[in-house]
Amino acid sequence: MEISILALPLIASIISGFFGRFIGDRSSEIITSLLVSISAIFSCLVFYEVIVNQYQENIIIATWISSGSLYVNWSMNIDPLSAVMLVVVTSVSALVHIYSIGYMSHDPHKPRFMAYLSLFTFAMLMLVTSDNFIQLFFGWEGVGLCSYFLIGFWFKKESANKAAIKAFVVNRVGDFGFALGIFLIFYLFGTVNYSEVFNQISKITDKNLLFIGITFNAVDLICLLLFIGAMGKSAQILLHTWLPDAMEGPTPVSALIHAATMVTAGVFLVVRCSPIYEYSELALNIITVVGMSTAFFAATVALVQNDIKKIIAYSTCSQLGYMFFATGVGAYNVAMFHLFTHAFFKALLFLGSGSVIHAFKDEQNINYMGGVWKKLPYTYSLMIIGTLALTGFPFLSGFYSKDAIIEFAYLRGNTAGYYAAGIGIFTAFLTSIYSWRLIFKTFHGEYNNKEIKIDETHESPIVMLIPLVLLSVGALFAGFLFKELFIGYEGLNNFWGDSIFFLKPLSTDHPPLWFLLLTPILVILSIPLAYYLFLKNKNLPDQIANINKPLYNFLLNKWYFDELYDVLFVKPSKKLGLFLWKFFDLKIIDGFGPDGISLLIKKFSLKANKFQSGYIYQYAFVMLLGFSALLTFLIVK
Amino acid sequence: MNFPILSSLILLPSIGALFLFFTKGNKKNNFTIKYVALFTSAVNFFLSVYLWISFDPSTSDFQFVEERIWIDDFINYKVGVDGISILFILLTTFITPLCIISVNNSIKERLSEFLIAVLIMESFMIGVFCSLDLVIFYLFFEAGLIPMFLIIGIWGGARRVYSAFKFFLYTLLGSVLMLVAIITIYWLNGTTDVVELYNSGIDIKYQNLLWLAFFSSFAVKTPMWPVHTWLPDAHVEAPTAGSVLLAAILLKMAGYGFIRFSLGLFPAASEIFTPLIYTLSVIAIIFTSLIALMQEDMKKLIAYSSVAHMGYVTLGIFTIQQQGIEGSIIQMISHGLVSAALFLCVGVVYDRMHSRLINTYGGIVSIIPKYSILFMLFTLAALGLPGTSGFVGEFLILMGAFKDNFLVAVIASLGVIIGAAYMLWLYKRVVFGKLVNTDLKQMFDLNRSELFILSCLALPILFFGFYPDPLINTIEVSISDLIDQYNFKLASQI
Repeated sequence: MEISILALPLIASIISGFFGRFIGDRSSEIITSLLVSISAIFSCLVFYEVIVNQYQENIIIATWISSGSLYVNWSMNIDPLSAVMLVVVTSVSALVHIYSIGYMSHDPHKPRFMAYLSLFTFAMLMLVTSDNFIQLFFGWEGVGLCSYFLIGFWFKKESANKAAIKAFVVNRVGDFGFALGIFLIFYLFGTVNYSEVFNQISKITDKNLLFIGITFNAVDLICLLLFIGAMGKSAQILLHTWLPDAMEGPTPVSALIHAATMVTAGVFLVVRCSPIYEYSELALNIITVVGMSTAFFAATVALVQNDIKKIIAYSTCSQLGYMFFATGVGAYNVAMFHLFTHAFFKALLFLGSGSVIHAFKDEQNINYMGGVWKKLPYTYSLMIIGTLALTGFPFLSGFYSKDAIIEFAYLRGNTAGYYAAGIGIFTAFLTSIYSWRLIFKTFHGEYNNKEIKIDETHESPIVMLIPLVLLSVGALFAGFLFKELFIGYEGLNNFWGDSIFFLKPLSTDHPPLWFLLLTPILVILSIPLAYYLFLKNKNLPDQIANINKPLYNFLLNKWYFDELYDVLFVKPSKKLGLFLWKFFDLKIIDGFGPDGISLLIKKFSLKANKFQSGYIYQYAFVMLLGFSALLTFLIVK
Repeated sequence: MNFPILSSLILLPSIGALFLFFTKGNKKNNFTIKYVALFTSAVNFFLSVYLWISFDPSTSDFQFVEERIWIDDFINYKVGVDGISILFILLTTFITPLCIISVNNSIKERLSEFLIAVLIMESFMIGVFCSLDLVIFYLFFEAGLIPMFLIIGIWGGARRVYSAFKFFLYTLLGSVLMLVAIITIYWLNGTTDVVELYNSGIDIKYQNLLWLAFFSSFAVKTPMWPVHTWLPDAHVEAPTAGSVLLAAILLKMAGYGFIRFSLGLFPAASEIFTPLIYTLSVIAIIFTSLIALMQEDMKKLIAYSSVAHMGYVTLGIFTIQQQGIEGSIIQMISHGLVSAALFLCVGVVYDRMHSRLINTYGGIVSIIPKYSILFMLFTLAALGLPGTSGFVGEFLILMGAFKDNFLVAVIASLGVIIGAAYMLWLYKRVVFGKLVNTDLKQMFDLNRSELFILSCLALPILFFGFYPDPLINTIEVSISDLIDQYNFKLASQI
């Protein structure tokens, strides 16, 4: 059964990808959805076994690479951590498969789309169930590849192709760090299997390495290198630029890959490596800083964006930042909890926005929407649930996980922790503002679309709504139901077992009451505030924007990261490439090498040619010259 | 061993070529001619598979050794294989028949002469990979130049003569020095038998110069930076089948030579010159990757990417780590398959549109979908995606390099990023996007033989990506023994 969780999505992908043309669109859709759903049911069973019976197993499927002392298996490692990921991945994936049947109904390439989705699911499962770093890397690049395929799914769109390549290459930058991290692990431990590495980690905590004249602590270096990989995949600040562009892909893709699963792989990596990270104070602090910067940065950008999907994309970026600073303050289980709840409500929001886009016939700008809440009652109410859950409205799922992150950051008791808690609260407020801005501009106010009449907008078909309803159940109750299991305070909790390692047990204190109440109050207050800003007094935001034009432009242009990278990396590489080719290869190497030499010989032989003029008197003159030179030489000697 | 299997492998293609030589080439006969060539090379392939199966990977001794006296006390014809050479023989016998099938569309004139060149070249290449005598090795190594020179010079494109001569001059220059080195070795040790030389070792005083002489030949053939500029020209002018042979097999001779001779015969010098190799490899990886990014000609782009990939190979070899050298060999096999496939892919669209320029194309995915899928697979293998053979090689090389030198591994890993950029950009510009050039609409998808060839290449790329064990298993013992010998010789100063 365990293996079939992995195998079914792969089989689905092969059937739909290679035989989709023969079995037809509808059969491909049904087969892929069915197989992935079965995989999801099996995952839930495994999860249940893990909760109830503490089931753990490492199934070795086959040998992959064995070279010298390097030994890598294809494996399926089931422990609490991977069981949680199994449930998240397969269940969201199954729902997205079903949703896509409706969403892609007008697309001519359905089997291909379904094949990519299933293939992605397979790669993601390989990632989470690996027992070693190299299979993890396989899944890591595999999901990146499927993401590349799916972002560029509409291959005729230039922007989609560009976004796809950007996503892949930026991720490669992260993978560069990740791969170096794996090399370093192999160098230090002679193995890449988790259990063997984690067992040896405490022995090398004092080991230092010299690299380009700087001394690094070995554990710090491993942690930072792996974290670069995590930053790429999870779109953390500096390596985040691909995620908003990735919204070029079809919306179900954004929900599955760029919200619920793939982008959380970085968080998963850090949590998986908690036995290493716990020994590196430096890396944890850097993660905290990066996490909170991302959370804040992305939220500010989300405030002013007008594309419905980009707003949610930045929101994802920001929430991932929360997860990272949770791991940074050592609260790995809380990070996993937020990952778990976030998967539900963010997938819900994306699929909901897909439903809106579908209703507006592919319009994505929220300025050209509005006033349709009566026309789209189900989508509207489901989006409201998603928004409430995201903003952390009391007793919905985001409330439990996000507030827990802020609390644990506070309880960490160091400077980074206090900063993180402060920024966490402020960002929660911003999150609430931009989320309600999206809702009010999309569903309330006047109808602003000139291309489609309001009567033409229509509610989505039932096949798209059912996944939304199921996700909304998760968004409503996942936090409440799984709170004890994931982050229970009471010390009874041993759900995570060995899969998460705490060097020092997490603090079981409670923060002061005012601190606990601060976030929910801000979140609730922000609703009328957003209502006032974006519905009642619509000119006010524009006025604020006009007064602070530079700031507004700064936010609107996403802090100019793309432009900066263009100047720093893209253009110089192209120029350098051109220089090396046109100047170095052609002018210098060829010029002084083969072409130069042949030219020289040619010139030389042309000169030599002139000697053979055929005139006797010239030959005689040269002979005379030679004779007198010889004579002179002999006399002088 | 009664049946001289290695000599048969070497001779069989030449016999086929001889047969073709006496067959008059004309339109009517072309069919027969092709099938004779194909049959010969296919038999050779099965023979080499048999060789692989009966090969014993648990020992590093040379197997299937044959020895005959050629010139008394001077040159013996001696051939044999160990784990290192056998995979290259397989690669050669695997690629050649595919090349012969592919000539259908690209070679219109002098077909029989072309096939003679291909078959003769196969003979020479197999000879290179199994000779155990330096003089024999040198003869095969240099003789391999001639058919390639002819293939470029006769069946090439517009600037074929320039390219052919550039190719010839570059490679000859290096070779002359190698010949001098071989004569010196004979003068020093009284033999050119590789096994004897392995055992006796070479006087440490002369190793540096000898190493450099061998290096100058191998560096050109690899090609290493900065003597790589012949490769893009040669590829651009060569016909598709020529490019395939060049990239898939010819370039591998040098990598093989580095392992067999530079490491095996001159360990002390190899140790001294490792920094030189590292530097040149890293420059090759980064510089040529950047150059590849800016190419407008598809073949040139792939040619430059070959230089970068071979940079990984030389880097891996001189790490003297199990992972590094094994990675290099797998990378060479993988590059043999992938670059062959990529050149064939370029050939496919070139046969239809007669243009190699990237901007001629764009938006062809819906016109020729089968082609697009396979091309995508090879693109991914070229950028080293896990699950393809390219990943296994590259990753092992970098892993080995990291053990030996952090900085080199870090810079070389950067090449992986640029590699992804130029390959995906190439693919995007050729296959994706809007269809602008309406002439492209008349393109037809892969025909049966093209589909067959590309699938034959795709299967091992994927198979060895997921299960490289058959490859690693073959080379493991030979390489660990090579490394032991190397370290032993270093320690005992011989």
